[in-house]
Amino acid sequence: MRRSLPIVSTLIVLLAASYFLIPLYATFQFSLQMVRGQWSFEAYRSVFNSDVFAATVTFSTIASLAAILVGVLIVVPTAYWVRLRLPRWRPVVEFVSLMPLIIPPVVLVFGYVRLFGSTSYLPLTLSNAGTNTLLVAGYVVLSLPYMYRAVDNGMAAIDIKTLTEAAEILGASRFRTIAAVIFPNVRSAIVSGAFLSFSISFGEFVIASLLNRPAFGPYLVQIGQDRAYEPAALAIMSFALIWACMVLMQLFAARKPGGRILPRLIRPSARSVTP
Amino acid sequence: MSAEETLGPAPMRATSEGATRRLGLRLGGSWLGLVPFFAFALLFLFLPILYLATGAFQNAAGEFTLANFAELATPNLRAAYSLSVRLSLVSAALGTITGVLLGYAVILGGLPRWVRPVFMTFSGVASNFAGIPLAFAFIATLGRIGLLTMVLRDVFGFNLYGAGFNLFSFWGVALTYLYFQMPLMLLIVAPALDGLKTEWREAAEILGASRRQYWLRVALPILMPSILGCFLLLFANAFGTLATVYALTGSRFAVVPIVLYQQIQGNVLYNPNLGYALAVGMVVIMAVSNTIYLVLRTRAERWRT
Repeated sequence: MRRSLPIVSTLIVLLAASYFLIPLYATFQFSLQMVRGQWSFEAYRSVFNSDVFAATVTFSTIASLAAILVGVLIVVPTAYWVRLRLPRWRPVVEFVSLMPLIIPPVVLVFGYVRLFGSTSYLPLTLSNAGTNTLLVAGYVVLSLPYMYRAVDNGMAAIDIKTLTEAAEILGASRFRTIAAVIFPNVRSAIVSGAFLSFSISFGEFVIASLLNRPAFGPYLVQIGQDRAYEPAALAIMSFALIWACMVLMQLFAARKPGGRILPRLIRPSARSVTP
Repeated sequence: MSAEETLGPAPMRATSEGATRRLGLRLGGSWLGLVPFFAFALLFLFLPILYLATGAFQNAAGEFTLANFAELATPNLRAAYSLSVRLSLVSAALGTITGVLLGYAVILGGLPRWVRPVFMTFSGVASNFAGIPLAFAFIATLGRIGLLTMVLRDVFGFNLYGAGFNLFSFWGVALTYLYFQMPLMLLIVAPALDGLKTEWREAAEILGASRRQYWLRVALPILMPSILGCFLLLFANAFGTLATVYALTGSRFAVVPIVLYQQIQGNVLYNPNLGYALAVGMVVIMAVSNTIYLVLRTRAERWRT
């Protein structure tokens, strides 16, 4: 029964590995062929020299960081409060945090464009700042399931009740308890959620494009239509960025006793870790 | 957030000191701690969707109607839904089969220990490598002047496009989706494969079962709810994908998200309310497949005690 196994599984693993690696290798080699007859990093140089590239990368970085900040500010106190005082609300809050998984981004942004359009009570789409707010809000919603999971798992790994009581006995206010006691204890969980959130929002296309934002995603599509070799270079860079985000995320997630390896694993409805 | 900071402490202190045991006061204060979260969800999640949902049941004059949903059956939109569903089914099926095989090989296949973490880590990256860069990678590989296309032609004398393959067609898109579907499948089916107890296999062996019998009669029936559940998750995952297919084919490949994208840009359906119905139809399909996924997942966990 054991003998014949490794041949079959080796074959499967090799096939899968080649399916995964050939496109990466091909893309990399393709990106080096911009100058005819020799291999060069010309495509990368061309990308880095473009002002639009720098501008869109800056814009998307700021938007993604803003989304992480807002997400953390909303999720951390909520997850804390639910665990500490309102455990009966937990299924509701969890359900809401998973809702974005069934709302495709294109539907979400459709709702934004109409609800906050020029004739609404809150015409956010009319101003630049308003539209940027919508973009950030959209990114917060997209990463909410992962952020909530990561933070909630982080909270599961520490004894919130005892920590809170200790902080209160020592005279800390509620705000101080969250900021100085709870937050540092779930910091690695937050950071791991943040990296995933960043990799989701940074190259996001649909929301940014339909809100007409000068973000990295729409820039990618434009380059894809105009150029031949730069897209390959950008694909390699994107892959490297996602890789970095995921490695950092795993690193931080692994630091917590209760942290799972990958939030993707615990997408909807994984059994919750009880403290 | 601020509401919680300012309003949270008072009732909390009161109870911890045991001064007041009045439930009403306690609940009143605690409840406010969730206001920021629900306010955000209401404003940026529920109300926008609700707006679309109500609009889907109205005509241009704002009266109640089901006509928009009836109009989803017109040839254009039916074709879009049909294409979306077929593409999602095919890519989910490919992802499920290859993902389970890969999971079997990596987790139960008796390979060296380092293989599993390598594939798991890579899958974490690849399942997130969707969207435009993925399309670029496949164009550079299997496009008309893609590297693999060229190598096949120059080295092996095989004309891929002459043989009927086209990256910008149904099967090309499905093959591209597989790049994030297979790793996602590996990640979500791994716990189920880990849950297969060696005792079960040993028991089957002692009772004289062949390997084939063990898999067909014991392992697969136990795994089936998980596999079906993951299949539905993959289906939903493919159904909602827009950026990859847009970067590959522009708007020629009219799946539902693409039609909706165009509708938002320029009201191509000439009926805003029909657009809302199209969006609601998408959410319903996503919701149904995710709900069945959750149900099946709960069933699957029976075996994990």
